[in-house]
Amino acid sequence: MSAEAVPARDATASGEARAIIEVRGLEVGFEGRVGVLAGLLGRRGARARAVDGVDLDLYEGEVLALAGESGCGKTTTARAIMGLLRPQAGEIRFEGRPLGRRLRAYRREVQMVFQDPTGSLNPRKTIYEIVAEGLRIHRISQGPNGETEEELVARALSRAGLRPPERFYLLYPHELSGGQRQRVVIAGALVLDPRVIVADEPVSNLDASVRGEILALLMKLREELRISILVVTHDLGLAWTVADRVAVMYLGRIVEIGPAEEVLQRPRHPYTRALLDVVPEAGGIDRPILSGEPPDPTRVPNGCRFHPRCPAVASGRAARLGIEERCRTVPLAPLPAAQDHLVACYLAELGERP
Amino acid sequence: MGSQRYLVRKVLHAIATLLFVVAFNFYLFRIMPGDPITILARSQHLSRADIAEQIANLGLDKPLPQQLLIYLGDTFRGELGVDLRSGAPVSQLIAERLWPTILLVGISTVLSIGFGLLIGIKGAWQRGGLFDTTSLYTSLVFYSMPEGWLGMILIVLFAGLLGWFPAGQYESPADLTGFAHIVDVLNHLFLPCLTLTLGYIGEYAIVMRSSLLEVRGEDFITTARAKGVPDRDVRRRHAVPNALLPTLTLVFYSFGFVLGGAVVIESVFSWPGVGRLTYEAIGELNYPILQGVFLLSSVTVILFNLAADILYGYLDPRIREG
Ligand SMILES: Nc1ncnc2c1ncn2[C@@H]1O[C@H](COP(=O)(O)OP(=O)(O)O)[C@@H](O)[C@H]1O
Ligand code: SF4
Ligand SMILES: [Mg+2]
Repeated sequence: MSAEAVPARDATASGEARAIIEVRGLEVGFEGRVGVLAGLLGRRGARARAVDGVDLDLYEGEVLALAGESGCGKTTTARAIMGLLRPQAGEIRFEGRPLGRRLRAYRREVQMVFQDPTGSLNPRKTIYEIVAEGLRIHRISQGPNGETEEELVARALSRAGLRPPERFYLLYPHELSGGQRQRVVIAGALVLDPRVIVADEPVSNLDASVRGEILALLMKLREELRISILVVTHDLGLAWTVADRVAVMYLGRIVEIGPAEEVLQRPRHPYTRALLDVVPEAGGIDRPILSGEPPDPTRVPNGCRFHPRCPAVASGRAARLGIEERCRTVPLAPLPAAQDHLVACYLAELGERP
Repeated sequence: MGSQRYLVRKVLHAIATLLFVVAFNFYLFRIMPGDPITILARSQHLSRADIAEQIANLGLDKPLPQQLLIYLGDTFRGELGVDLRSGAPVSQLIAERLWPTILLVGISTVLSIGFGLLIGIKGAWQRGGLFDTTSLYTSLVFYSMPEGWLGMILIVLFAGLLGWFPAGQYESPADLTGFAHIVDVLNHLFLPCLTLTLGYIGEYAIVMRSSLLEVRGEDFITTARAKGVPDRDVRRRHAVPNALLPTLTLVFYSFGFVLGGAVVIESVFSWPGVGRLTYEAIGELNYPILQGVFLLSSVTVILFNLAADILYGYLDPRIREG
């Protein structure tokens, strides 16, 4: 696999990036829903393997985009990383140590930003209360340089671009615009001086006009505060704008990962290639872009899980290259976490371009 | 600014509803079947002259618009007419029955709200658990059971078989005073109060449960968890306050209905409240009493609704500003 991949931006430029969060062998499943009666009779619905073997490192100071179609398991991965879901298997490590013991510190150092800022803010609390909540939970009554709670809140609000901060203290979320609300969410994260922010589709619920501002804000946080950011997005165009590295997910697995320029300019997986084909047409890819039935995590196909929709298989190219049998029947191993450009695909193993 | 306009709008709305109800009350009891005078004549063996005098007394010989004016005047002075049977003022009859009704229906309402909300909260927070499943099905059973039937079962069980509580009435015939009297009334209160509480609990539990389940799925709850807010505080500080808002309307609505009494249960337990008064009045087509009770409960429902709106506006910042 391509070894010439030198990660582009500062975090990984030394070539020896330190992983702050390590995900190993992550599996998250959801019990299928059945009717009340069937449930009483002990029947179980088909189990959805939403995340099915993910290895991933988030390096210090980098922006890593986790991309893929809706339903491929991005949010589930993000929530498991946040310790909000109990995985069936696998481990999350923070600074080299498993989460379990360090959950309290973790909750302070790793903050989450959701897609819908309106839903992420308690409608009955003022902006001040919302931003200060993190401090109160973690019993921080003073900043490292003796700042008062109010000074910390004010600093977080202005860092998030809400200035002058005092003007926002007593407002309620409904009095702000969508973009301002997302800034409040970000301020609530910043007030704790986090080392990591996990942002799940942070701009897809916002007006197109403010998306750029919020993305610029996230990138500024990385530059100025050296916060590592995992951004989940269905939009490869967005990944292109903000990310140092991109991981492309399909049906619970990462199928291609590597430096953003590499993955997006020279994709090696047919799925990434198909996603990129529709990026210029704006509007994102939250709609079916490929032929074949949409992926269903309760029925993961044999062999390469992308084979029912893979253009290389459909066109007969895989057959000509003598890999079709493997595409259909031989499962691919999950990609290991690494800095390099890695691809899970038999075609790519032959050195072929998708 | 916005909040004042909200308040004014709500008050005007309440006044308009009140006027409508008063006028409606007047016409309703004049278009209903059965002529009060005939009933009067039947029960009191009156001569023709007496009947004519009664009609004049009641103002029933005047044209309808004039009757309405008289009725409005009387109503606003608190005169609700006279009982067709005894000739006593309706307001006095109702006043006598108010205390037992407040005692019975008021306490049952408070108890069922308290327990119902607690059950709903606990169930929703451990959705699908043993407590949730058991309480949900039990609530549904009591909620759908006809309350008179439930009352009779409790009478058979606790008054008949076990003999722990009296089967009805407000107090014992013996002339008790002071503490003994209080204990005696509470003793009589127990069974009807239990019946009503059981019957009402389900509604509150179910509404609270579904409201909390909805709030529980919101991202600000997940955000709080992700920040490390302990489960108990997520529930107390974020989830329940938001989930209580929709429940509030139901709570105030129920309080509005307290003074109307509980017709079925008060009758089953011979409880001398407004509900039983209504039941008796229906039997003898005693219109002025029905009219009075109807007016009283409409007014309290409207007032409590207004109170709920005002409180709602105060508690929910989105409405306060809107
Ligand atoms: N709470 C849940 N219960 C059952 N299935 C779920 C739940 N959350 C997600 N899923 C399923 O898991 C799969 C991955 O979902 P998700 O992680 O939300 O995808 P994405 O964020 O990439 O759109 C989907 O098929 C979805 O239907
Ligand atoms: S392994 Fe085969 S089916 Fe899967 S993406 Fe590659 S060529 Fe397509
Ligand atoms: Mg998602």
